[in-house]
This record gives sequence, structure tokens and C-alpha cells, in this order.
Amino acid sequence: MALSTTGMAQMLRTMILIREFDERAIRLRVAGKIYGAVHPYVGQEAVAVGVCANLTRSDRVTSTHRGHGHCIAKGADVRRMMAELFGRVDGYCKGKGGSMHIADFAVGMLGANGIVGGGLPIACGAALAAQLEGKGDVTVCFFGDGAAAEGEFHEALNITSAWKLPIVFVCENNQYAANNTVAVQHPGVDIAAHAGAYHMPGVIVDGNDVLAVHAATEEAVARARRGDGPSLLECKTYRWHFHAMRNTPPPDTRPPEEIASWKARDPIARFERDVRERGVLSAPEIRAIRERVSADLDEAVAFAEASPFPDAKDLLVDMYA
Amino acid sequence: MREISFQQALDEAVAEEMRRDPRVILMATDFTGDPVKEFGPSRVRFTPISEAVVTGMGLGAAGCGFRPIVNWRMVTFSFVAMDQVVNQASKIRYMFGGQADFPVTYRCTTGGGIGLAAQHSQSPYSMWMHVAGLKIVLPSTPADAKGLLKSAIRDDNPVVSFECSRLMTATGPVPDGDHLVPIGVAEVKRTGTDVTIVGLAYYVAEALAVAEELAREGISIEVVDPRTLVPMDADTLRASVRKTGRVVIVDEAPATCSAAAEIAALLAEDPETFRALRAPVRRVCAAPVPVPYSPSLERAALPGREDITAAVHEVLKQSV
Ligand SMILES: Cc1ncc(C[n+]2csc(CCOP(=O)(O)OP(=O)(O)O)c2C)c(N)n1
Ligand SMILES: [Mg+2]
Repeated sequence: MALSTTGMAQMLRTMILIREFDERAIRLRVAGKIYGAVHPYVGQEAVAVGVCANLTRSDRVTSTHRGHGHCIAKGADVRRMMAELFGRVDGYCKGKGGSMHIADFAVGMLGANGIVGGGLPIACGAALAAQLEGKGDVTVCFFGDGAAAEGEFHEALNITSAWKLPIVFVCENNQYAANNTVAVQHPGVDIAAHAGAYHMPGVIVDGNDVLAVHAATEEAVARARRGDGPSLLECKTYRWHFHAMRNTPPPDTRPPEEIASWKARDPIARFERDVRERGVLSAPEIRAIRERVSADLDEAVAFAEASPFPDAKDLLVDMYA
Repeated sequence: MREISFQQALDEAVAEEMRRDPRVILMATDFTGDPVKEFGPSRVRFTPISEAVVTGMGLGAAGCGFRPIVNWRMVTFSFVAMDQVVNQASKIRYMFGGQADFPVTYRCTTGGGIGLAAQHSQSPYSMWMHVAGLKIVLPSTPADAKGLLKSAIRDDNPVVSFECSRLMTATGPVPDGDHLVPIGVAEVKRTGTDVTIVGLAYYVAEALAVAEELAREGISIEVVDPRTLVPMDADTLRASVRKTGRVVIVDEAPATCSAAAEIAALLAEDPETFRALRAPVRRVCAAPVPVPYSPSLERAALPGREDITAAVHEVLKQSV
């Protein structure tokens, strides 16, 4: 299915929204307006957007500690996301979860996860449910290169392949798990190579090219919907910022030339060029999108700030059904 | 005496023990400082994020003559390695009839209060206390942190070192030289006559602050820090309560099946301590919920000084 003009414009808008959301989250954290840890997704936007553009609302995803991008790409409301980061009652989790435990089940976003690899088994369960329901829904499981060293990754590939579950494993290989390079963690730098052992397709794609990600996902999703089982998609990408911050951004320990070379491959600048060349959007139209995103985020922050903090009397609420 | 932070004290403990014994090795996804520089990459191993296998490797290497230190970084991540801790490490020596020693140290941060939300704010030491076969330390000062970690590394059993996140930047005096604190010995951190407060980790300093305030009202508080949870120094705890006749136990884990519950039982089931009690044993613990993210809820979930103070007033009022 070729992407429509509006589809492409929508994808560009979502990529910009994800980037600006996280840039703002960093500023808000530095200003002490939000709490806890922030793991920016900046630089990896093409993955979440290229993948999720293939999904319907009833398809599901699981995410990671670096989850804001997946949340937005799956259709969550940035106002309620922002309210969650602010720890307010109108946040997706009523302020109980924060950045690392954000979810919107209504749009099939089954949660960020503070445990590396922790989302994989949950995604497999969602895929089992989809198989049992037989409506052709698929599950996408996002995880990092670091998670591929967890036992849960191998167990997940094995069982879903044996059971032909409708799932797409999307490894965002951003070259690092915290401060450790892929080469330090793995015997080979291609996570997709594991696919062969589990009898599923393993595809490597340029994770900074949203159209390439979209095309590769399209095939994997079609295979899953057909009932032919899982695929492993490895998107080579890079995070622009630090791994995580609490009170202040930590210094970057990665080689400056490396950071610069990846920034030169900015997935958003590249897609902007693409849509201009294809005549999908003009430069002024793109500027208007950026302004709109900025206004939406202003509104999200205002929404969050206007929302009250949860009352201590609700401490015990939500424990049991 | 020089003052250093809790974190520096822990780093010193590791470095000194590595210098002392070439069989001490480190495994973690990351380290504070640069231990590779001094000790080299064969003794200092950056691991993949594979808690289960790394935890088991620590145990296996310990059984083969090494003294590994496995740092899970946060207790959160140890749950991925539950099988290796519960079914292997805690049981391996006994189960095999004492054929070998397993001198492995598992380290992790613990506790909430810093806005890290449910999964990263846990204080589950009592889960590990329940699994017979592990020793467990939980220091509250830089000096105890250093001394207990050094003892843990030298101990010939699996020891879990719980290191409170909120204390990492706390500073305090630490003696020079080979400073050891024995495992299994509690310490009276302040003497008093009216009420004993047993505090754990962060709540030792909180208890001391409350004691200071209450002293102005003429209430004399004794503060006791168990420092080690397994084996628990029941004698020191009981001696304090026999003297004061009242006890408030403070911890940031929820009360159910907690270290606080265990301490309450150790006090109540001792006939002499039981006879000395003048008021019901009182616990001040976290609410029975995953630690919530929002500051307003997190504050409500974890014990505060006002909760400790209120509990002290209550046991005084309830006294016979
Ligand atoms: C089981 C577990 N171990 C360790 C951690 C600490 N931790 C959080 S994120 C992270 C790095 C993860 O790297 P990767 O999977 O590549 O994802 P990325 O951060 O690059 O997006 C680590 C080690 C954790 N959250 N969970
Ligand atoms: Mg990574």
C-alpha cells in the first residue's frame, strides 16, 4: 500500500511532535517542573513513526524506558502525556506512573517499561491474544539493542516463532545501551542475525529513513496478519542526547565525530527534503506544521500545569479491581 | 576524621578489597569511577544487560575460587535474576552439603523518595530475608557502608548489600585505614530512656532528627540501627527495648511481611522483652502500594518525620 500524500504529511508532523515533545521534556526537567528520569527519543523518530504508520488503532505496541515517541506515534494525546510527566491527575496514569510507566491502552499502547526487556513477554501475550481473537490484529514490540542480551528476548523470539504469533519485533539499534557500545555487549553488531536461529525473517533497515522503515514494517506486518508468524526488524539509528537525565543532563561520553556524523543524517531533515521534492508539502507548509506543533505543546504544558496534583486520599485507589 | 559521601565510601571499599585480594572481580553494566584503569578489563567486566546469567556467573565463579562482586545497580533489576538468587545462590551451599563456599557479593541500590516511580523505588529486602541462605546488609552512614561492604566482600557466603539511593550523596566521617564493620552487629546511634526508634537506612537519620526535636519536649529517644538484616542482632534491639519499654520501628518498605514485622516479632516473642514492654509495638512503614510517581503521592506513601513523631506520641499515650 503506497503512502498517500496526507499520510506522509501526517508522518512528518508526528516526527516533529515527538522531537519537540522530548526537547521540551528536557527543559521542563531541568527547570524542575517534572520529576524522575527522562530518556529522550530525539534522533530515533523515524522508527516509531515509520512503524506505527502501518498500524491500526486495534493493533498494539509495547514500549521501553525511552517511550514517549512510541506513545505519540501510536496516537496518544500529548496533553495527557504531559500531565503524566507533571505528575497530575489528568495524566494517563493519574500521576502514578510518570515517564517510564506511561501507557494508553485505548490506543493500543500497552506501556513504557522501566525494565530492559520487560516489554517483550508482554508483547508476546498481546500477540497470543490477537491470534486467539483471529481478527488479524498484530503486535509490535519495540526494544533496544541492549534488550537483545536479555534472556527474555531469546525466549520471546523462540515461542512466538514456534506458535506463529502475529508480532513484529522492532529492535532500535541506537548503537548504545547506556554507555556501552553494541560491540561491547554482543558478539556481532547485527541484532537481526538472531532471527535465523528462530526461523523468522531478520531485516536490517536504515532507521533514520522513515520511508524505508515504513516499507520494511509493511512487509513484516503483512506476514503477521497473514498468520505466517513473527519477524525481527532491526532499525539502525542513534540517540542524539544522553541516555537518561535526572536533575541535570549528564555529559556525553560518546565520540563527538560520531555524534556529528549521525546528526548529519537527521531523520526529520531528510524526510522534510523528501516531501518537498515529491511536492507533498512546501517549505511554508512545513513551517506552519512546526508552528502548530509548538502551539500544541504550549497547550499541553498549560493543560498539565492546570491539572491538580493527585490527592493523598487516592493513594490506595487502583490497587485491585 | 575525614568526611566522604556514602557513594565514595562504597567505592573505596571495593577498591581496597580489590587491592587486597586479586580474586575479587567486578561485574556490572557500569561502574562509578574508572576501576578498569587500576584493575584492568579482566577483573572489571562490563556485562551485557543480562542479570540472570550474570548473577549465576557470580555464583559459579565464587564456587570456583573467585570473590565476585555483581552489581545489579538497582534492586529492581535483580528480579530478572530471581531464579539465580532464590533457587541457586541462597541454597547452593546447604543443598550440596557444604562442599564449597560461595563468596559472592550482590550489590544494589534500594528505596524511594526521589521521584523514580513504582519499578525503581522498591525496598524489597524482606523478600530476600525470607529466603534462608543469604546474608543481608543495609547501612545508614558512609562509615557503615564502607565497613559493611568490605566485610561482605570478605564473607564466604552470598551477601546482598542494599544501598539506599537517598543516602548516596549523604556525607559523614569515615575512619582512615582498613575500616571494617562486622556483619550481624547493630548499633545504638543515640541513647535515650523513653522510646526506642529502630530505623533502617534513610530512616536512621530521620529518627535522629525526630529524636532531636522531641528532646526539646523532654522526650528521650534511643535510636537503634540494625545495620544487618540477616543475621539480625536481636540482642541489641531487645536490650534497648527492655530499657525504654516502648518501640517504634521505621522503614520505607510496606509493613506486610517486612523487616519491621520481623523486628516486631523478635521483640515480642522474647519473654524478657515482652515483660518490659509498656506499650504496643508500633511500625511506621510505607503504604501498601507501588511507590507512586507524583511528589504529592510519593510523600504520602513513604514515612515522614511527622509520622514518626506521631507514632512516638501515640506509644507514650498508650503506655501502661
Ligand atoms: C533489567 C534491567 N537492567 C538494567 C536496567 C538499567 N537500564 C535502563 S535503560 C538501560 C540501557 C538500555 O539500552 P537499550 O536496550 O539499547 O535501549 P536504549 O536506552 O538505547 O534505548 C539500562 C542498562 C533496566 N532498566 N532494566
Ligand atoms: Mg540502545
